Amino acid sequence: MAPASLLDVRRDGDELKAVGAGVWTSENADTLEQLVTEAARATGQSRSAQIDLSKVERMDTFGALLLERLRRAWTREGVEPRVVGLKRRYSVLIQEMSRTGLEPHPTPRRHEAAVERLGHNMVNIFEDAARLLNFVGATVAAFLRMLARPRTFRFTSMVNQIDRVGLRAVPIIILITFLIGCILAQQGIFHFRRFGADIYVVDMVGVLVLRELGVLIVSIMIAGRSGSAYTAELGSMRMREEVDALRVMGFDPVEILVIPRLFALLIGLPLLTFIGSMAALVGGGLVCWFYGGIQPGVFLDRLKDAISIDHFLVGMIKAPFMAAVIGIVACMEGLRVGGSAESLGAHTTASVVKAIFLVIVMDGLFAMFFAAIDM
Amino acid sequence: MDAIVGQEDTDAEDKRDVLISVRDLVVGFGDRTILNHLNLDIYRGEILGFVGTSGGGKSVLTRTILGLVPKQSGTVEVFGQDLDTLNESQRSAVERRWGVLFQQGALFSSLTVKQNIQFPLRENLKLSQSLMDDIAYAKIEMVGLKCDAGEKLPSELSGGMIKRAALARALALDPDILFLDEPTSGLDPIGAGDFDELIRTLQQTLGLTVFMVTHDLDSLHTVCDRIAALADGKVIAQGTIETMMESHHPWLRAYFHGTRARAVRSER
Ligand SMILES: Nc1ncnc2c1ncn2[C@@H]1O[C@H](COP(=O)(O)OP(=O)(O)O)[C@@H](O)[C@H]1O
Ligand SMILES: [Mg+2]
Repeated sequence: MAPASLLDVRRDGDELKAVGAGVWTSENADTLEQLVTEAARATGQSRSAQIDLSKVERMDTFGALLLERLRRAWTREGVEPRVVGLKRRYSVLIQEMSRTGLEPHPTPRRHEAAVERLGHNMVNIFEDAARLLNFVGATVAAFLRMLARPRTFRFTSMVNQIDRVGLRAVPIIILITFLIGCILAQQGIFHFRRFGADIYVVDMVGVLVLRELGVLIVSIMIAGRSGSAYTAELGSMRMREEVDALRVMGFDPVEILVIPRLFALLIGLPLLTFIGSMAALVGGGLVCWFYGGIQPGVFLDRLKDAISIDHFLVGMIKAPFMAAVIGIVACMEGLRVGGSAESLGAHTTASVVKAIFLVIVMDGLFAMFFAAIDM
Repeated sequence: MDAIVGQEDTDAEDKRDVLISVRDLVVGFGDRTILNHLNLDIYRGEILGFVGTSGGGKSVLTRTILGLVPKQSGTVEVFGQDLDTLNESQRSAVERRWGVLFQQGALFSSLTVKQNIQFPLRENLKLSQSLMDDIAYAKIEMVGLKCDAGEKLPSELSGGMIKRAALARALALDPDILFLDEPTSGLDPIGAGDFDELIRTLQQTLGLTVFMVTHDLDSLHTVCDRIAALADGKVIAQGTIETMMESHHPWLRAYFHGTRARAVRSER
């Protein structure tokens, strides 16, 4: 069927005549809309108008709405049309349509302009810092309350969380730190060899892994793996009002949801750091052996000379602090999730990015601190 | 609207035209059979109320018809076509002709109500933005919401408004058949009554066929043309509310003659 036949407008003396035909439903709505727009402008000098719909076979809301558009357009031009030939079963629909759309549409939600967003972000940084401190306070308060009533500590929940964030992370942590150890040793050997200083690669690997890399890699991995999981879990609990349910039952969500997760990280992350550091040393040792020709015995002797317990302690002392940062940021973001899936995504991203950022900042602060106390 | 002159409808429809026919349907999870050789017909232009025990498989039946749950055997014919034999484009043509109101609304949480309604329009039709806006607001008004609800996000709506907005989205493409899963559960009695009224009006206005899973005895009395009852994985009875009340099946007797039912009847 030629699209033009959906609506034909003719002028008959002073009378404007529109003849509709065919199927006035959603499939033809785009063609019909154009025809209606053209017809709306065609009033000219007409005194009266008529819309004949006797040849319209089917009609749905789309057709009815467009008919109403034409009717209103012509009425605005001063020629109120008579609608004839309408099938009775559509008259209710058309009456319904004539009642809608009389109010203006509300203005659409504005998207922030780039400059505006920049401004909001700047303000947000300070608000974020305040919120973080606030949340740390709430966590400490919940912890103190729990100390007063140790029986309320959710031990089972914590063990469950340790299993999830600690035990199950072991394989991937071992794999990644092992590979990092390998790469570190390979690069060291490759560049030190030019100075004939191959053997110092052991010093480098040992110190770097124990002091910095072990804890950093593990913290970043855990921020990505468990921090995001914490945020998503708490976030979806918030979306389904589970957190509110806890609150109205007289429980403190921080005590029930945050403390066990935080403790699981405080216990799990140092253990993972230890395991990861060892795996990196093993990786470094293997590369030294196969690539650098440094026998394992020699490697171990050199390692014993090169590193002291201090190096090991520096790495391990940092671990629980990293755990606290990751846990607190993740739980805080989770509890701030709003109603939408988008907000869940945004806060999960924020949780991981902020946790990694803070982990690195903390590492820098620790480096200055340990340098100052000669450790 | 006195300018509109009605004309007798010449092509009167056959009232017993079957839109959806379910035959010998078996659905189960693991070794638990939920629907056991179930048969059901839905006729054009009717509002079919579907009742049954909680956990009896009403939602499962709805989801099976919609193709969201795999069936073990049996056939589901929609608009005379067996869904299993359709190719992808035929299937999406069928899907455009049904609208679904999920139990929790299932509005997309990151889109405004208007965008939710326009989502199926945008995907299926090439329309100008102004027409899509007009359509969206017409649907918003048809389901009894205020215009300013259009720019709200689902999380900013009350339970009743979510149901209405979800209904508007289900109606976006002017479907032939509307599936409602417990549309009035979670609404206060007045809200539920209004919603029933709305379904009735929309059904008459748009010529809809409605399949409504419900627990609401009021809805069964006021809006349903026909009722089908599910028990033990089968449709044990179907017919008008009077037929149901006369049934001797123990579950139906308990359902339609229990204290709640008596209370509802004494009110009328
Ligand atoms: N995806 C699923 N997996 C396993 N069992 C299910 C699933 N969906 C529903 N069921 C079971 O099927 C039965 C019927 O559920 P449903 O249709 O939701 O009941 P209702 O009639 O209240 O809507 C219930 O016992 C439910 O546990
Ligand atoms: Mg259900």
